[in-house]
Amino acid sequence: MALSNIALDLIGSARALYQLAGETEGKGRDEDQLAFLRDERAYLNLLLAEYPNTDFAHTILRQFYFSSFQQLYWQAALESTLPELAAIAAKSLKEVAYHHRHAADWVIRLGDGTELSHQRMLAAEANLAPYLGEMFEKDALAGRLADAAILPDPAELQAAFAADRANILTRASLPVADIESRLSGGRSGRHTEAMGHLLAELQYMQHRFPGQQW
Amino acid sequence: MVSSQTTEQRALAVAAAVPDPEIPALTIADLGILRAVEIAEDGGVIAHLSPTYMGCPALLAIELAVTTALQEAGFQARTERILSPPWTTDWITEEGRRKMAAYGIAPPVPEGRVPDCPQCGSASTEKLSEFGSTACKALWRCTACLEPFDYFKCL
Repeated sequence: MALSNIALDLIGSARALYQLAGETEGKGRDEDQLAFLRDERAYLNLLLAEYPNTDFAHTILRQFYFSSFQQLYWQAALESTLPELAAIAAKSLKEVAYHHRHAADWVIRLGDGTELSHQRMLAAEANLAPYLGEMFEKDALAGRLADAAILPDPAELQAAFAADRANILTRASLPVADIESRLSGGRSGRHTEAMGHLLAELQYMQHRFPGQQW
Repeated sequence: MVSSQTTEQRALAVAAAVPDPEIPALTIADLGILRAVEIAEDGGVIAHLSPTYMGCPALLAIELAVTTALQEAGFQARTERILSPPWTTDWITEEGRRKMAAYGIAPPVPEGRVPDCPQCGSASTEKLSEFGSTACKALWRCTACLEPFDYFKCL
């Protein structure tokens, strides 16, 4: 129930962003076309976001990392020179703060729980750690957006993220490894194997019934 | 512009009476979702609505209901989503909080406080889940009367 509510919030903010992107692009593409009808290489999401929900330890730890990043990102985006983005940031920030609290509670409860839950959280942390550095990479696009004060410089968020992560992992009796950047490429459209499966499932309806509404 | 103000007040009254689809005991004005109505240059009415949660599926239903209610009252109407400033539970009116509790949903309380049981009024309650049946609610339980209840999350 929590995860579906979190998903609903994230879909809500994605819709607002896609609407804004469609209007800004000015080629008549709407939110559905942007969300459902692009090829894999045109999606510039973090690899962490496409990591499969293998078990609850992975799912909730990934949620904590992503919410922590988002919270810092939206907080910084409140200062955006684009008023529409600042408005989306303000609205999303309130929702993400709730996700963050929920996920952090679970990370602590499971990390500091039974021997089995602790072991599973250890495995999740080891598997997800290589994806964390990608969040803070400043590529050419992120650099241009940061220079124009439209979106935050992701590199500047790393210290605050590291502090939040260290605080929660320590309270969860989990070791705090360094933030690595071993796996990246999502922001330039180079994805993991999981992405194709995700898109096949999520795009199925629009491919089968193009333009269908209900 | 005496006539224009009258139109605006009349339209506001119509829009304000639209019930929330999820909590029909409350109107969208009680919940603070209806921010204002505006008379456009073409004479139509624009209702300004603030979503409680951006992904709230009720929003579309609310927009339709407001447009329909205004049209039935003889207005040319449309709605506009207002994201900024973001909706907050502080915008729920006193009347709204009273109706909410009477309906069986505990109204939001400040961070760190626990809601009273909307059934028996006991202050002895505990959280079961941060999330509930809709985006805006969490699930709580009263330890006095033992009934579970919805709590309207503080946002």
